[in-house]
Formats: sequence, structure tokens, C-alpha cells
Amino acid sequence: MQVEAYAGEEMVLNMGPQHPSTHGVLRLELETDGEIVRNVIPHIGYLHRCFEKHAEKVDYPGVIPFCDRMDYIASMNNSLGYALAVEKLMDLEVNERVKTLRVLMAELNRIASHLLSVGTYAMDIGSFTPFLHCFREREKILDLFEWLCGARLLYNYNWVGGVSHDIPDGFEAKTREFLGQFEPVIAELDKLLSYNKIFLERTANVGIISEEQALSHNVTGPNLRGSGIAWDLRREEPYCGYDTYDFEVPVGLGEYGPLGSCWDRYYVRVREMEQSLGLIRQALDRLPEGDVQEHIPRRVRPAKNEVYDRTETPRGELGYYVVSDGGLIPFRVKVKSPCFTVLSLLPAIARGGMVADIIAIIGSIDIVMGEIDR
Amino acid sequence: MKQASEILQTLQEQFADKIIKSSQECIQPFAVVPPGAVAEICAFLKNDPGMAFDTLMCLSGVDYKGSKKEPERLEVVYHLFSMRHRHKIVLKVELPREDPALPTVEGVWAVANWHEREAYDMYGIHFDGHSDLRRILCPDDWVDYPLRKDYVQPESYRGMPAAAAKQFAQRAQEGEDLGTDPFSAG
Repeated sequence: MQVEAYAGEEMVLNMGPQHPSTHGVLRLELETDGEIVRNVIPHIGYLHRCFEKHAEKVDYPGVIPFCDRMDYIASMNNSLGYALAVEKLMDLEVNERVKTLRVLMAELNRIASHLLSVGTYAMDIGSFTPFLHCFREREKILDLFEWLCGARLLYNYNWVGGVSHDIPDGFEAKTREFLGQFEPVIAELDKLLSYNKIFLERTANVGIISEEQALSHNVTGPNLRGSGIAWDLRREEPYCGYDTYDFEVPVGLGEYGPLGSCWDRYYVRVREMEQSLGLIRQALDRLPEGDVQEHIPRRVRPAKNEVYDRTETPRGELGYYVVSDGGLIPFRVKVKSPCFTVLSLLPAIARGGMVADIIAIIGSIDIVMGEIDR
Repeated sequence: MKQASEILQTLQEQFADKIIKSSQECIQPFAVVPPGAVAEICAFLKNDPGMAFDTLMCLSGVDYKGSKKEPERLEVVYHLFSMRHRHKIVLKVELPREDPALPTVEGVWAVANWHEREAYDMYGIHFDGHSDLRRILCPDDWVDYPLRKDYVQPESYRGMPAAAAKQFAQRAQEGEDLGTDPFSAG
């Protein structure tokens, strides 16, 4: 970059790659004029681990652990998308117990992911206490997962045609116990953070994403719903029997400032945790009998075909484009990451704001670099 | 909401000579279009009120070198979705493996900017008219395009060894003395 091109007060500021509030290794090149941000250039790729190249070297089930490692905060949801895509490719139908367990784990993981997102967002803004409350609760979900499959973060749980473990004895009671004591925590979080004056001042007028921008940049998930669009794949294109569950899709209302602000996105996540609680209760109530490994094929070998399948992860719409050549290993696996598309919008929404607002915006779009860089 | 067959029908009527082929036998029906016409067709699909494909779900590159069933080529695949009408369609562009180039669709869907940069980074596909065609995931001075099937991994990058270290078992097979525990190894 030519230094002479910058006159007067303008300067180039490098934020990251090692910065606590960039949520991973993300480097932002800020062109600033005093405190005002004139332009932002995101540089990504620091966490590139060649997922798509690896996927062309191992067999279909072997890809699942790699999926877990993309969005390591919501591994259950990541491997679920891949398993569903391959099942679609093979025209494989799983039994009701597997479907219900998948919903159960996906929603538990959604709560854990939103807790981390909300907690670290509060910390970015300068409020430390909510972070501790959120992590305390998240820990309990991770304990449940550890009990279920032995892993706390990277589960390798959703296999093609089934799941790796059935739930252990007493898991249901423990989960219900967790739900009971977690419910008041959301109200507590509202009191502590959501309507806090300082928090509102920092977030409610910042980082506005308009409906048009959201569609053109393919912004999905809570970020899209924060802009007031009631779009949730669990309802629009139901998978795993989501159409048989009763739940609402919370959207941003613009109660404290313009619609589509950082606060709206934050608040959609808080409301979604409540909906997930309801979904988990319904899944526990119905839990049908069955063998969770009944439909696991001995050999995963789809015929020559291709499929693009998408699911709703805590961060939005995760798509897998899987091309099969009729062999034992995938010919091509392409991942459409929801964080990738929303980060491409960052320059447009950050321009003209303050440097401190960049922190508020990055936290509110809830990105995980592992998924962006793959 | 339109069925994929209706969408393909409309495309056939609108761009008769420009649809190379279309297929409905696979899970998701697609149309193959020539590289020169892709921007025009995408603009039509987005702006026509009956189509209204307002989102580009995914843009992928695929390298068909070494495929047992398909001829050798590069492919760019567009997965389109209309949030207004809730229908989907897949467009494909076939390109030669030498000097692949096609016009950008960045002006139609803003998100294509980064997706096209990724396809350029991984496959070396040039998108003419792109505002900022740089590598995105690999470093700017990376050589060659990693997701091509004939890609050879470099030995080193800027003096750092890039090849994978040999596995323990492989070293033992080659007769290397590894000792009995990690501390006694030579």
C-alpha cells in the first residue's frame, strides 16, 4: 500500500490477526480518519486447513471429524448437515429415534453456541459478569455431551445413517434438570445485559444491516432474522422432522433503534435459546424406541450424483455441495459457510462508523474463523 | 413457487440457443450455459418478477480431471434460490482447464465477490470484470491452485517446510531406529 496516498489525519490500522475480540485469527485493515473508519479490508485464511482437499482424500464417513473441526463451537450442527447431505445422495431414510436424537443434540448445541456468542459479545462490549454466567451454563451442556459420546467439543456424533451413541441411562432426567435450572438464567441475562443502558447505547444504533443488503450478501441465520426477516430453514425446509415440532422464529423488531442493529441480532439469539429449550423438551417427550445404528450402511458408496443440502446451524445456513463419482471417496465437497458470507458484508456496514463500533459489529455477527477459512 | 422443470422451460424459451443442455434426472435439476452468457442469464433470473432469484446460495468450482464418468473440464456451479417464490435452480458453466475465464456475477449478487475470489484462489478460474480478484484463503504469493486434481504440494513455503512429516509407523518401516520410548529415540 502506498503511504503517500494518505493525506492529513488518515492512517492505516491493523486489527488482528491476534486480537481477543476478532473471535479467532482475523486481520482487519482499517483505514481511519481519527476515530472514524473510512474503510475496512478483511484478510482471512489464517486458519485455512484445506478441509475441501482433505475431503477428497478420505472416504465419506471419514469426512465427519473434519466437519466437526470447522465450526468447533457447534460441531453437532456441522456434522449433521454433512450426514444429511450424504443420506440424501444415497436416498437413505433413518428411523425416528435417530431423527429425534439429532434434533435433541442440535438444539442443545445451539444453546451452547448462543451462550458462547452472547457471553463473549458482552465481554467485547465491556461487561464481564454475563460472560461468566453464560460459561457456567455452557459447561453443563458440554458435560452432558461428554457423558453422551466422550467428547466435550468435537463429537463425531452424527454418522451417515445414524448416530454414534444412544443416550446413556439417566441422560433424559439430567437434561430435564438442566432445562429447569437454565430457564431462569435467560431472564437473569435479560436483566443483567439485554436492557442494560450502557449495552443498549453501545449496540442499538450500530451496524445496521438492511433487508436488501442481507439478501444480496446471503446473510443467514440470526443475522438475517435480526433484520426482521422471518426465515428459518428448520421451518421453511424442514429436515429431521422439524415440521412436527412446535416453535416460533424470533425476529428483530427494532425496539431500541433502527431495525437490523447489533442489538437486534443479539436479542434474536437470546430469544432463540428459549425456543431451543421448548424444542428439547418436545424431543425428550416423544423420544421413540429404536436402534440408533439400524440404518448405518456397511459401505457408503453413493451412485454418481450430486446434491446441495443446507441446514440451519446456530450461525445460519450451512450448505454442503457433495459431488459423487460413484466411488468410495467424495469427488468434491464444497462448504458454503454462513460466516463467510456475512463477513463479506462487514466493509459495507462498518464504513463511516467509529473504531470501537467495529468490535461491536464483529461480535454481533457471531463469526467463527474455523468455518470461514475451513 | 415454480417447479424446476418450469424454470428450465422458461430459460429454454428465453435463451433458446444459449442453453447447452439441461438435466432433470439428477436430484437437483440443472442447466448448462456457455461462459459468455452467464452474467446475462443470471441478471434475467434475478430481475424477472416470475423468477426473482434474489439469493446466490453457493458458488463452487469443480475440477473433473481424473473422473471416471465425466469428461475432463473445470466447472463453475451456481446454486440459486428465490426467497420470494421459494424455488431453486442450478446453473453450470463448463470451462477448459487451460486459461478458464468467464464474466463475473458480482453485479447481480454482491456475495459473489468473495465466492469468486475463492474459486479463483482454489482453481485459477478468472472472473472477467471482477472488482478485486485476489487470493482469499491462501497467501498472496502462493503458487498454483490447490484444489485442482493435479496439484502438487510444494516442499516448502518461504523457507518453511510445507510437506507433511513422515508418520511414525512409516519411519519404523523404513528401518529407522526409533528406540523403545520417545526419550531414547535418536
